[in-house]
Amino acid sequence: MTRYIVRRLLWGALLLVLVSALTFLLFRILPTGEPARLRAGRNASPGVVAAIRVDLGLNRSLGEQFWMYMKGIFLHLNLGYSYYSSASVRGLIADRLPATISLTVGAAAIWLLSGLAVGILSAVRRGSKLDRAAMGTALVLISAPEYWLGLIALYLLAADIGRLRVFPGAGSYVGLTSDPWKWLTSLILPWLVLAAGNAAVYARLLRGSMIETLQEDYIRTARAKGLSERRVVLRHGLRTAINPVMTILGLDIGVLLGGAVLVETVFDIPGIGRLNYEAIAHSDFPIVQGTVLLAALFIIVANIVVDIAYAYLDPRVRFS
Amino acid sequence: MSAAAEPLLRVEDLRVSFPTEDGVVHALDGVSYEVARGGTLGIVGESGSGKTVCALSTMGLTRGQGAEVSGRILFQGRDLLALSERQLRSLRGGEIAMIFQDPLSALHPLFKLGAQVAEAVRAHQHVSRAQARARALELLELVAIPEPGQRANAYPHELSGGMRQRGMIAMALANEPKLLIADEPTTALDVTVQAQILALLARLQRELGMAIVIITHDLAMVAEMAQQIAVMYAGRIVEKAPAELLFSAPQHPYTWGLLRSIPTLERPRDERLAAIPGAPPSLIERPSGCHFHPRCPYARPAHARIDPALQPLAGRPQHSVACLLEAPERARIWSELRAGRTPAPAAETASGAKGSDEAAGLTAAQRRR
Repeated sequence: MTRYIVRRLLWGALLLVLVSALTFLLFRILPTGEPARLRAGRNASPGVVAAIRVDLGLNRSLGEQFWMYMKGIFLHLNLGYSYYSSASVRGLIADRLPATISLTVGAAAIWLLSGLAVGILSAVRRGSKLDRAAMGTALVLISAPEYWLGLIALYLLAADIGRLRVFPGAGSYVGLTSDPWKWLTSLILPWLVLAAGNAAVYARLLRGSMIETLQEDYIRTARAKGLSERRVVLRHGLRTAINPVMTILGLDIGVLLGGAVLVETVFDIPGIGRLNYEAIAHSDFPIVQGTVLLAALFIIVANIVVDIAYAYLDPRVRFS
Repeated sequence: MSAAAEPLLRVEDLRVSFPTEDGVVHALDGVSYEVARGGTLGIVGESGSGKTVCALSTMGLTRGQGAEVSGRILFQGRDLLALSERQLRSLRGGEIAMIFQDPLSALHPLFKLGAQVAEAVRAHQHVSRAQARARALELLELVAIPEPGQRANAYPHELSGGMRQRGMIAMALANEPKLLIADEPTTALDVTVQAQILALLARLQRELGMAIVIITHDLAMVAEMAQQIAVMYAGRIVEKAPAELLFSAPQHPYTWGLLRSIPTLERPRDERLAAIPGAPPSLIERPSGCHFHPRCPYARPAHARIDPALQPLAGRPQHSVACLLEAPERARIWSELRAGRTPAPAAETASGAKGSDEAAGLTAAQRRR
């Protein structure tokens, strides 16, 4: 097991090197604008632009730039500096990460709990009105784009522009440490919007997996033991049926930690996703590189965590 | 009837049917049997004869599958069909326990064996986790699992087939049931392990005094264990007798087929085992008349119309059969079969030689199907 984990971590590290090389090349080979000119502002003289090019290291050869970049990342964890504001990318990411983590973890808790509850109920009462209503709603939520759901939520419920002024609207986010209550209320709408689609996916996934599990022989055995139906479903059934759900949960969280671009943008939450969005708008390559690398890191780590967790969730795969 | 003579389990006219998209499956069609306290009943039949539904219905496990159940299942005088789900649950795994055919699929793959046994203890006894665990280890020892402490921490996939089935048995015995229903308990196991499991069941029965209903397709297996044997065909019992009578003087052509498909050492090696021609009928559209007539070599045209009832033999009330052939005729055919000869087509008593030709023609045609 330890050897397996070490091997996975080494592969993960190699993958990160490859991703950073790839993002570097991508933004150098396919530039969307001249960074020095963007930085210099309108009507800047060629001299100023040239000076900025020297300043940003853009006058060096591509190989040299790459080497500096990779050395910075892996020796000093230095992701470079924003072309636009000169701020360190690492510092910007560190500032923005708490908001993204708050958004992701809260939404994940909501979609996991509601998805499980609805999935179990639908599986147990398969074909009932409740099941059909739940699965119909799920289909709608899966199909609805996040930004659209976000706008609808703001239109209906936001404190500033909503029909019913219930929750704080866009741009109301504050850090957990500065005001926990405001933090909580400002995140309720974004959490719900971000959770909606996933809750629907999880409910459908768990329903299918539970229906399959409940037909297994060992469920009959559990009933034959005289266990309550509740225990049969929630312990014997769920223990097996939840495995595929846990697998995608790890990956979904990994992906979202790299930034929920749409929801962060709609609700104006200063997270990684919005940082990325703004950087793209400004052709601020170092930030885009940094956020892409961060997203890759989260996805790679999530994959490893999921694989290791799976060995604990299902002892049958442990030795194969 | 006095309490002592009252059987532990008395099933009366049990009918179970499942509505499906293809039609109504008549899984059990008026089945009656009894199991004495501490006694053993063998229920024998091919797959699809309804024998597993028979077992599941006794546990109330066909409820909730949309099954229509009628008749009576009297366990110690209480009708299980009239019990609430809650009352039934306290019997399940308590006074009535069950073991299944394939212990690998019947044990939960993600729980350790010891925990599964301990859960069965705690389902019916108010004991602490530690006490349940200790009892689980005792039970694993009782079913002769070596190093129970170690095996209790194993997952089912880490155990051999025999150990798994012993684990299932330990789980079933957790609350010292009065009745153990064993549904094909050895079918999924190696031959040598089969014998061990049967010996284990026999020993446990002696030690714990429980009654056993053993369900199997293998007559040879119940020969050693069961005092009473019921042969099932197409959702009905077609013959029911004490074991020694069933083996010495079987009455139903289907029973003859089952008996002749058992390999024995006494029989000449080059003699072919007789297979019963044809396949078991669909329980959705059962054959008319005697359900066995399409596969019966001795059937007469009338048997496609008349449905025989299970009736005791004259002078032998403990032996019943549902067959339209006359008793002397059955005796003649069986004695010839036992001697290794092919019996002459049944002589038609009522309509003479012409009828018997027809009978032979009919059966031949049906055998070709």
